[in-house]
Amino acid sequence: MSQQDQSANIFSNLEEYGDADDVDERQRQIRLWKESLGEQWELLTDDRMVIFGMITIAVFGVVAIIAPLLAPYGPTERDTMAMLRWEDPYWMGGAGDHILGTTAEGYDILSQVIYGTRPALIVGLTAAVFCAGVGTSVALVAGYYGGRVDDFLMRIVDIAYGLPLLPTVILMVAMLGPSFVNVIIAVVLVMWRAPARVIRSQVLSLRERPFVQAAQITGASDWRIITRHIAPNVLPLTFLYGAFAIAWGILTEAGVSFIGLGDPSQVSWGTMLQGAHTNNALTHGTWWWFIPPGICITLVVISGFLIGRGYEEVTNPALRNER
Amino acid sequence: MSKINFAVRRTFQLVLTLWAIATLLFAMFRLMPGDPTTYIIAETMEPEVQEALIARYGLDQPMHIQYWEFLVGIVTLDLGISFHSSREVRGIIAIYLPNTIVLMITALVVAYVFGVILGTIAAWNRGEGSEKSAVFLALLQQSTPSFWTGLIVLWIFGAYLDVIPMSGMTSRDFRPESFFHMITSLDFLWHLMAPALVLAFYMMGYPLLLMRNNMLEVLSEDFIDVCRAKGLKERTVMYKHAARNALLPVVTAGAIAIGYSVGGAILIETVFSWPGIGREMVRAVLRRDYPVAQGTFVMLAAAVVIMNFVADLLYSWLDPRVTYD
Repeated sequence: MSQQDQSANIFSNLEEYGDADDVDERQRQIRLWKESLGEQWELLTDDRMVIFGMITIAVFGVVAIIAPLLAPYGPTERDTMAMLRWEDPYWMGGAGDHILGTTAEGYDILSQVIYGTRPALIVGLTAAVFCAGVGTSVALVAGYYGGRVDDFLMRIVDIAYGLPLLPTVILMVAMLGPSFVNVIIAVVLVMWRAPARVIRSQVLSLRERPFVQAAQITGASDWRIITRHIAPNVLPLTFLYGAFAIAWGILTEAGVSFIGLGDPSQVSWGTMLQGAHTNNALTHGTWWWFIPPGICITLVVISGFLIGRGYEEVTNPALRNER
Repeated sequence: MSKINFAVRRTFQLVLTLWAIATLLFAMFRLMPGDPTTYIIAETMEPEVQEALIARYGLDQPMHIQYWEFLVGIVTLDLGISFHSSREVRGIIAIYLPNTIVLMITALVVAYVFGVILGTIAAWNRGEGSEKSAVFLALLQQSTPSFWTGLIVLWIFGAYLDVIPMSGMTSRDFRPESFFHMITSLDFLWHLMAPALVLAFYMMGYPLLLMRNNMLEVLSEDFIDVCRAKGLKERTVMYKHAARNALLPVVTAGAIAIGYSVGGAILIETVFSWPGIGREMVRAVLRRDYPVAQGTFVMLAAAVVIMNFVADLLYSWLDPRVTYD
């Protein structure tokens, strides 16, 4: 066998998509991913709080999808009778069949709460995916290549750390127009910094580990080392920050809507609370208007934090509870 | 690298960050749809009046001159004139910022004192019911939207029980002689209580969890075993040896929190109608008063950047184990 043939043999299964070994290689990858994700899953679901968080988000997810089936009225469907005076819940003597009464504008509160699940989850989940995605990508590039690339990217992270979350979101939404997309953009602009900084330091240490150096010596491409050898190791951290970003995204959307800069075309829990506040629901004592949206926000947000904390214990064994 | 070197490099980074944020802000205000001149002049005005107004706000200059003057303005704290009230932005900030600072410092002190104590106890009772409830409390505090807690407090204690005022910083008929006179008056404390405690409730979760996590790490170190082997009382080990070591990151987190909470109090200020800088920024944004919105935002961002800087220096000063590389 000539020298060339041998080297071709050695490196053939290191090619991204070598034709002969393609199927085996992919199967192996899938198996490896399954194993490491399965391991994390077991650590994660060991914690009852995490299970609680996952179930809560799942329930709200189902509610968001089948909202039209659950809600007795449309989100912007007015009860013209109730417009004259706020209707109390029917079991408190209010007219009509409004389980939670109506708002001052004659909307059915229960229906608004149900439809409010949609913007909350859309904003939360989209913000989470982009925060974690952008942060992790920047961290992988900065940490792996080091040097000037790292310096440059980390200076940008420093600048992002100078932005206060809520004022930045308020300013951007005011300038770009009030819509959920703009809230998401603003949240991501600010919140990608934490995963970027933390995961980068993880990548810096991973880069020096023997298995990465071995991969480099065998001639694996940078792309391959980053995606196959380093990325799977920082995945729990990515999920951690993703879960936290769900919580921050929903809290921020609610806050911005409460100030009066919410998406005018949709009903969210934040706009409901704003309506209650500006219509003096507090002095009228119509708690069925402002209590339910707040409970919903708290439930979804705490679920995000609980799941994030579950991942924190996966990534930092020192925090794990001794059993 | 020496300590001086670190401080110099960190100062350079501070200036760079401030410049970048200012530039971002300038670009955002110029790139957005709509012409800012339309908000200060009316169609019905005489052309000379229109031009005079545009010139007064510097909007007739070419872009690079506007940019330069904007940067010079920030450095010299000359942040322009409000479109809405024709007052200087600097003066507006000077009126509202102290109100926010009083509210914020009160809340931070309450939050950090109780957060640290509860966090220490939680770590000490690891695995017990009290730890679990402390951690759950911390998560609940972080998850409950602060403005909603404020609404509930206003509803129960303000509207229903009528023991706290529904809005504002002082009673209408109260005329304080000076800022100092105001903040030391009983009337002010009565107004301050509810917003400060609601804000403290929201802020407490972070130091609590941080303190618990640090304590868990410190408690696993060898010197704690040595302390116990020496026969020290559990209380002494807990407060004198473990907690003091675990406190360090909480101190720097507190410094950073000062920076972020100047802007973070926006929602509380809105709910309680507290005349603070955050609420003023929101009002400026809603009535398209760009110089005020811009000026207050620069202020809020500067608070964050400067407190991050202070935290970094504080950390290296407090912890001799920190190396500068």
